Amino acid sequence: MNSLRTCPVNSSRALQFATWALSASAPLQAQAKSKKTLSKPGVRNVVLVEGVRTPFLQAGTTYADLMAHDLARGALQGLLNRTAFPKEAVDYIVYGTVIQEVKTSNVAREAALGAGFSDKTPAHTVTMACISSNQAMTTAVGLVASGQCDAVVAGGVEFMSDVPIRHSRKMRKMMLSLNRARTLGARLSLLGSLRLSHLVPELPAVSEFSTAEMMGHSADRLAAAFGISRLDQDEFALRSHVLAKKAQDEGLLTDIVDFKVPGKDIVSKDNGIRPSTMEQMSKLKPAFIKPHGTVTAANSSYLTDGASAVLIMSEEKALAMGYKPKAYLSDSFSDFLFHGKLTKMRCVSFSPTYAIPKVLERSGLTLADIDAFEFHEAFAGQVLANLTAMESDWFAQNCMGRKAKVGAPPMEKFNLWGGSLSLGHPFAATGCRLVTMVAHRLKKEGGQYGLVAACAAGGQGHAMLVEACPQ
Amino acid sequence: MVVIQALFAITGDTCCYTVSLYSVLLNMSEITWNFNVYSARTHVNYEIKGDVAVIRINDPTSKVNTLSVHMQKEMTEIMDEIWANNAITSAVLISSKPGCFIAGADINMIQACKSTEEVTNLSQEGQKMFEKIEKSPKPVIAAINGSCLGGGLELAIACQYRVATKNKKTVLGTPEVLLGLLPGAGGTQRLPKMIGLPGAFDMMLTGRNIRSDKAKKMGLVHQLVDTLGPGLKSPEERTIEYLEEIAVDCARGIVNKKIPLAKEKSMMQKIQDYIMSYPFVRNQIYSTVQKKVMKQTKGLYPAPLKIIECVKAGMEQGLDAGYLAESQNFGKLAMTSESRALIGLYHGQVACKKNRFGVPKKDVKTLAILGAGLMGAGIAQVSVDKGINTILKDTTLEGLNRGQQQVYKGLNDKTKKKSITSFERDSTLSSLTGQLDYSGFQKADMVIEAVFEDIAIKHKVLREVEAVTSPECIFASNTSALPIKDIAAASTRPEKVVGMHYFSPVDKMQLLEIITTDKTSKDTTASAVAVGLKQGKIIIVVGDGPGFYTTRCLAPMLAEAVRVLQEGVDPKKLDSLTTGFGFPVGAATLADEVGIDVAAHVAEDLGKAFGSRFGGGDPELLKTMVEKGFKGRKSGKGCYLYQPGLKHKDVNPELEEILELYKMTPNPAVSSDSDVQYRLVSRFVNEAVLCLQEGILANPVEGDIGAVFGLGFPPCLGGPFRFVDTFGADKLVEKMRRFEEVYGNQFTPCSLLLDHAKDPSKKFHK
Repeated sequence: MNSLRTCPVNSSRALQFATWALSASAPLQAQAKSKKTLSKPGVRNVVLVEGVRTPFLQAGTTYADLMAHDLARGALQGLLNRTAFPKEAVDYIVYGTVIQEVKTSNVAREAALGAGFSDKTPAHTVTMACISSNQAMTTAVGLVASGQCDAVVAGGVEFMSDVPIRHSRKMRKMMLSLNRARTLGARLSLLGSLRLSHLVPELPAVSEFSTAEMMGHSADRLAAAFGISRLDQDEFALRSHVLAKKAQDEGLLTDIVDFKVPGKDIVSKDNGIRPSTMEQMSKLKPAFIKPHGTVTAANSSYLTDGASAVLIMSEEKALAMGYKPKAYLSDSFSDFLFHGKLTKMRCVSFSPTYAIPKVLERSGLTLADIDAFEFHEAFAGQVLANLTAMESDWFAQNCMGRKAKVGAPPMEKFNLWGGSLSLGHPFAATGCRLVTMVAHRLKKEGGQYGLVAACAAGGQGHAMLVEACPQ
Repeated sequence: MVVIQALFAITGDTCCYTVSLYSVLLNMSEITWNFNVYSARTHVNYEIKGDVAVIRINDPTSKVNTLSVHMQKEMTEIMDEIWANNAITSAVLISSKPGCFIAGADINMIQACKSTEEVTNLSQEGQKMFEKIEKSPKPVIAAINGSCLGGGLELAIACQYRVATKNKKTVLGTPEVLLGLLPGAGGTQRLPKMIGLPGAFDMMLTGRNIRSDKAKKMGLVHQLVDTLGPGLKSPEERTIEYLEEIAVDCARGIVNKKIPLAKEKSMMQKIQDYIMSYPFVRNQIYSTVQKKVMKQTKGLYPAPLKIIECVKAGMEQGLDAGYLAESQNFGKLAMTSESRALIGLYHGQVACKKNRFGVPKKDVKTLAILGAGLMGAGIAQVSVDKGINTILKDTTLEGLNRGQQQVYKGLNDKTKKKSITSFERDSTLSSLTGQLDYSGFQKADMVIEAVFEDIAIKHKVLREVEAVTSPECIFASNTSALPIKDIAAASTRPEKVVGMHYFSPVDKMQLLEIITTDKTSKDTTASAVAVGLKQGKIIIVVGDGPGFYTTRCLAPMLAEAVRVLQEGVDPKKLDSLTTGFGFPVGAATLADEVGIDVAAHVAEDLGKAFGSRFGGGDPELLKTMVEKGFKGRKSGKGCYLYQPGLKHKDVNPELEEILELYKMTPNPAVSSDSDVQYRLVSRFVNEAVLCLQEGILANPVEGDIGAVFGLGFPPCLGGPFRFVDTFGADKLVEKMRRFEEVYGNQFTPCSLLLDHAKDPSKKFHK
């Protein structure tokens, strides 16, 4: 292993990445941990048995003609195939989605039935912006831990190639009134009220309802607040792509299951991983705050189609059924970071900083105990701002009411197989990708504890601790 | 009343001269690390960042930066150093104060001048300095965060480039007209060229504040910068730093010719410029604007006319003529009584936005309001708007529904104007609870009653409230005339009883009259003032007595107005006489707005309390009107007819029949237009002076503020007390004596007024 730990982690710049060429495959040295295990007496151990995902593709590419539930089916079916799990043994299905296809509003149920799950297995859909599948998993963990279920499938799907574009409110109102109009005269008079402005369509909101701010705009402000430069952001994005490419080439992205697109090819690789050069990246113009912003298309995650699914079970049941679980899913925490009128001041993509200390403290671990970090990368600037904040005593004291900083993860343990910037970010599918990836990394690197963190619109964040199962 | 609101939309703290230790320290620390400082400068400093000089403005003696002589001197020195230094290619001008770029010229500096020439001279110095900056060979970039007003704006528009933060506090404007002045440092010359004649006139004649996003659209600023949340520093600090970084980048961009200074004009602008190139069109604009100004000000305010004159001189006769007209008119205006009156009101307003009773022991977090009528709901609206948890209680579901709808509408109108988002509207409304019972009142820190003006009802609710609230809870009565001590008579804790007299419509009228009895504790008063300030009110605190201060002044004037009507002057004529004197609303219209029933009620109550001095018109006239249902605007009929959707209003024809019944013969000796005006005003003024004499008023400043902001006393006269000072007590007494001969004791001058008449050196305002 490279001796990268020598560089002190005391500012965002110090975290910067001399580390692209890092070899991630060497097993970690055994470290003394604060705790031997996270399992608690009297509480059932909850395990991740398997996690899969469809390849993540840029929106508008090969998946373009599908529907959300097609991808969800692909992930669910892939999970069944991979595990050979008996369908009727699944007790519950929880599935996340953000931009809802109105035809399949409970996409969990539609996809489950389509994937051949038992019609006796209940399924519900959950939405919590970019941490929707994190919440699906959290729910699953809860169902298993409380003894209500033994085997739950969780997952998430996002389909950005097609989004519901509505008629304007005026038009909808007129069409609904038209339905109720009894006489021809009434109908004609309604139609007579049709104006050109009725025909202007309504796109899904690009900005948050409560703050009226776009995510990219918010991320740019966040980066500026922490003084994260354009160069820092481009370097981080490049690191993500380089590491993802390497992971892809080395065949580490084993969570992918092939997806056959009807009438087209079988897809088996993510198609958004494109290591570029710093020079090329520096040419891009800011995407949100013009002309002086720092967030560009190259250092942001892109619109992605994809689905993921995980099988979560009680340890005893999994073992009894002959499975080798990958990891214990322990403590999970969704933090709500909404401060009324302050929201605009507190950036929306900022919550991991708040959520992480909570899970760590609750489990009695420290940051040094963690062997593998998987953070969601919505924007390079947002990730770096979070890392800078975690390294800052001022922020901990003035904004979080803590005595001291939590500390930032060391880069040599951080997102070593790429992240949302490079692999892609199908909003509701990312959470399961993160958890499966951290489990795979723990196994590969020989680590014990993994930490997953993600941010979401609405000022919410999620953090989860994962512990490798004994090999 | 819109005129006065517009006149005083400027925020209160732009002229605060308290020494802030913090800013002194801040400035000291800057001096230590700023190099290139030859002499220790206190107000302006600069630091050289590579090839860009960053000039930081920070007045250590105030919360805001003002263009004082001192600051101008330091600024000139620094600019000279920058121009002389070859290593510097450009400069950024920025304030170190959060929330304030430069709030304007130092008013005291202008007030200290004794002659027109002196002020003209000040103006010319400003013009020269800004012209030098405008012609600077090294680009100067104004980086604006917070208020950029008056002289601050003139400085900013003299710079080559402007970057501003997208902050609600970042506002640009030329409020000089509100002080009876004009932008006297090149503003009248630069603005029209920068944003076009119509935009420039709008800014300079209304004096309104323009938010930065609007300013960008108008072409007043070139680039906007977002405000930042907390990072490794506080949001305010980091935002200023960020603004500076962007401005420095811009400065370099301009020097490298990457950022063009001349913006490409849009098609619309090109068309507009083309049209404006015809002198005929421009003349048309001047005359239209002039007519509009005359219509609105009745020629009582000289400043707007002078502004038009200056703009015209600059546009038609060239820059030199423009500068000359500007500086000379500035000098003239500074010496007018109108300007002094308006500046006096400005200072008074600042004073009335402070709590002279100290910090209350307990913060009012939960406020309960009884009665969801026009007043109750209005109070609820201004309270929830500032984040106070508010309970709105009514006795009927219909009443409650109407009240809640009023609050919703008030906030929704703001959403429509885009000053808040629909989400902010909803979350603001979440602190309002509507209910019919007293549940939750145990948590109330203050209860304001706005129930019907009847002492028995007031007593009933007072007892009910005291039965359910904590002993610390304050009971405030929003009555316009009932003495507070009479209301407090039913209370078991009279030290917690206070009067809070709001003016309708509550969300528009800025005044709050707080009434204390001799039993009201100081803490209760402090609490009432704190709540009022939080609601954004300008506050006067007066003693108890029938009609307190405002109602008591208004009543004799309205009684006189009724007499004038009875003497055969029609309502329209009466209105034009009063507005011609400078009242924003005519007496007849005012009566309709207040409500004829309320006026009748008050006239009767105060008539009983003060006897014949409050006589004049026949109170039966008002009663008859009420009986016929002519209650004013709210009932659709009063002195005028009100039809929904119609702005134009006609005199109520049935009123003439009533007036016929109560007809009186006018005495030609006191019935000229001017006499009628002075009959109305002198009774108002005399009563105001009497209130000061009797100790109802604490000082003349509050008297002036109360009269102007609550009753619409002509702002150009500065309030009744300044009016006496300017007009002359002796002249006023002389007129009153003449009226006294005809009408009797209603016009007998009070002894304080007589004192001032005898000794001309006695003035209410120094």
